[in-house]
Amino acid sequence: MTVELGHYALVLAFVVALVQAAGGLWGAHAKNPHAMALAGPAAVAQGTLTLFAFFMLMNAYLTSDFSVANVYNNSHSAKPLIYKIAGVWGNHEGSMLLWIMVLGFLGALVATLDRNLPPTLRARVLGVQALIAVGFLAFSLFTSNPFERMDPVPLDGRDLNPLLQDPGLAFHPPFLYLGFVGFSVAFSFGVAALLEGRVDPAWARWVRPWTLGAWTSLTLGIAMGSWWAYYELGWGGFWFWDPVENASLMPWLAGTALLHSAAVVEKRDTLKAWTILMAITAFTTSVLGTFVVRSGLLTSVHAFANDPERGTLLLILCLLMTGGALTLYAMRASALRPGGGFHTVSRETALVVNNLLLSVLLFAVMIGTFWPIFAEVFFGDRVSVGAPYYNRIAVPLTVLLALAMSFGMQLPWKRAQLRSAARRLRTAVAITVAAMALVLWLAGQGKALSVIGIGMGVWIVAGAVLDVALRIKVGSASVGEVARRAGGLPRSAWGGAIAHGGLGLIIIGIVGTTIWVTERVEVMKPGDRLTVAGYELSYDRLEQREIANYQAETATFTLSREGRKIDEMFPERRWYPVAEMATTEAAIRLTLLDDLYVVLGDPRDSAPEARVVRAYHHPLVGLLWGGSLTMVLGGLISLSDRRYRIGAPARKAKPIADAVAAE
Amino acid sequence: MSRLRALLAAVALLGAANAWAVNPEDRLPDPAQEARARAISKDLRCMVCAGQTIDDSTAPVAQALRKMVRDRIVAGDTDEEVLDAVAKRYGDYALLKPRFSAENLVLWIGPFLVLILGGWGAVQFIRAGRAAPVDAAPLSEAERAALRDIEGA
Repeated sequence: MTVELGHYALVLAFVVALVQAAGGLWGAHAKNPHAMALAGPAAVAQGTLTLFAFFMLMNAYLTSDFSVANVYNNSHSAKPLIYKIAGVWGNHEGSMLLWIMVLGFLGALVATLDRNLPPTLRARVLGVQALIAVGFLAFSLFTSNPFERMDPVPLDGRDLNPLLQDPGLAFHPPFLYLGFVGFSVAFSFGVAALLEGRVDPAWARWVRPWTLGAWTSLTLGIAMGSWWAYYELGWGGFWFWDPVENASLMPWLAGTALLHSAAVVEKRDTLKAWTILMAITAFTTSVLGTFVVRSGLLTSVHAFANDPERGTLLLILCLLMTGGALTLYAMRASALRPGGGFHTVSRETALVVNNLLLSVLLFAVMIGTFWPIFAEVFFGDRVSVGAPYYNRIAVPLTVLLALAMSFGMQLPWKRAQLRSAARRLRTAVAITVAAMALVLWLAGQGKALSVIGIGMGVWIVAGAVLDVALRIKVGSASVGEVARRAGGLPRSAWGGAIAHGGLGLIIIGIVGTTIWVTERVEVMKPGDRLTVAGYELSYDRLEQREIANYQAETATFTLSREGRKIDEMFPERRWYPVAEMATTEAAIRLTLLDDLYVVLGDPRDSAPEARVVRAYHHPLVGLLWGGSLTMVLGGLISLSDRRYRIGAPARKAKPIADAVAAE
Repeated sequence: MSRLRALLAAVALLGAANAWAVNPEDRLPDPAQEARARAISKDLRCMVCAGQTIDDSTAPVAQALRKMVRDRIVAGDTDEEVLDAVAKRYGDYALLKPRFSAENLVLWIGPFLVLILGGWGAVQFIRAGRAAPVDAAPLSEAERAALRDIEGA
């Protein structure tokens, strides 16, 4: 019964979305206040209905209702509670429902919080948001119904893939989706602004919190996925330039560009057309990413949970949305007149450079991801585009970005002086040069790259710290004054500096993890020792255990340094007989400076308990994860800036409402 | 969903065998040659896996390729020659770094073209910005009077 209610709610949401789209878009066009007034309540209703549908599916999972095909295929009565919850989105139909739920929920949030928007803009934003929802609801209802029943009802489910039963993995899709779908609000605002023919600093302020929220969530989602790959896949890799990863990187790059260009619109009323283009790009690349993953177009192996027919429909949806938005853009963008002027050396120029570099990077990731398809279709050749390609393009661009970042932060709006910016950056330059010299002196492997990498990272971190220090006058004012200034510095300034610093830390972590990594692979039997990067690892014993639905063999290693025992490590191999799948659980000992990563491999004939053992030492890897969290933290702090707080009452709310009533 | 699916697919494929990549017995006795083999392996794709290199993968194809790479190195091939030999037998699909060829020109030149075109656009925009008045035009006498009215009220 609840399942039918959920299905019914989804159908109803589809109808309500149609009303919302028509009311919002036609109402704003015809200046019909009654039609426009429909959009708000419709958005709230649509959000509520999709949320309801989502919880009905979750309920089916929680109660193990195997009459629902989706539950039968992806759950099991004995599965732990959190994986029953995560199972909801661990499959195609459920993940589309999650997508729709987030879309509807955000639409309702826009309707509730952004009450002080000019009425036609608000109606149009909600109208566009509803058009997107119509597309995805239709897709879900007609091709991917999560509520389909089964007859006869099976006794128990087929269980979720054991690898999906991991907390890191279970909760990474919702954050990723919140990011992807969050950009839909920026998209709707962008298209609505084109329809209105007007973009101004107020528009940028309204878009900002939504973009920032989406960006923060996407950053966290990507970091979680990366972390999962790092500890679960067993060789310490964290980024593979896999098409599916690229699919999440593309909207991230576009969203980052959008955040920066929207600042120019907000502060200087210029760069408007470009900002709209970035708002459109951030969301269309998100949809493209979903299409890429769902269609199985890129690699046949991904066909795992995909279906080409659905892929075609998603592609059509994607083309309609992108094509429609870009056509409108081509027609209307020229009407967006740039506002304030600026000098060649200014914050404006720095942010234009930032957007240029990010867009080139985005283009490279996009062409790299889709080139194999293109080459196959047009030349009939199977080619691969992998890490060596991306690194070659991304590294130089990142170096330029890094240089521009810390420098740009010291350039004021309108007009700046190179010399005074350089003077302010003296300390950062000194620290960076010292760090690079130290690396040049110390580094053993990959000298050139590590000097450049560490230089970039330190330069960004130093630039971010210096930016805050100069603004709050550390060293040139009394302690009380510094504290007062620190309190008075806008949260968005803190957030920006912290997020920049996070990126610097990530770059340092990447250098440590990929260039300075030490690896040992040996066949070991109990009693054997192995040395990796000054750590001694001795293989003590191996235990076999039977646990609930898998068999495990766990090795015990004693970790010591200079003869003193520091810790014990327990790498594990698991065998899931039902799924006929083996997994490895690496033992990872993370400290502030490095980690030790031990993986238990295959048996070898030399002794019954002889195993191939892989031990890795990843210096500075903590900075990779810490830096990611720092970026997220920066996003959150910036989001809490009261100037941008969603729904912060605008002084002019009343007069605008009156003005419209008068129309 | 996204990346996890791909990785899961990869893991699922290698799961059954679950032998780890580059086993101790594969290693070449000469550390310099072994280092070259590892570096080359990172540029070669395991053709049956989801975007894994032969250095990471455990599939039999990857194992065969690792052996081939090492055999060629021992036979005295340069890195380029090894890659060419692999591409000759398994096709360009095995090369993770696409060749710089006429076909792949867009792939390699594209980002630079976009950088140049975008850079040109950026310069135009900055020029226009330089031509526009930096500060808002000062208020006219009438506007100032209106402002005084508001403030005075």
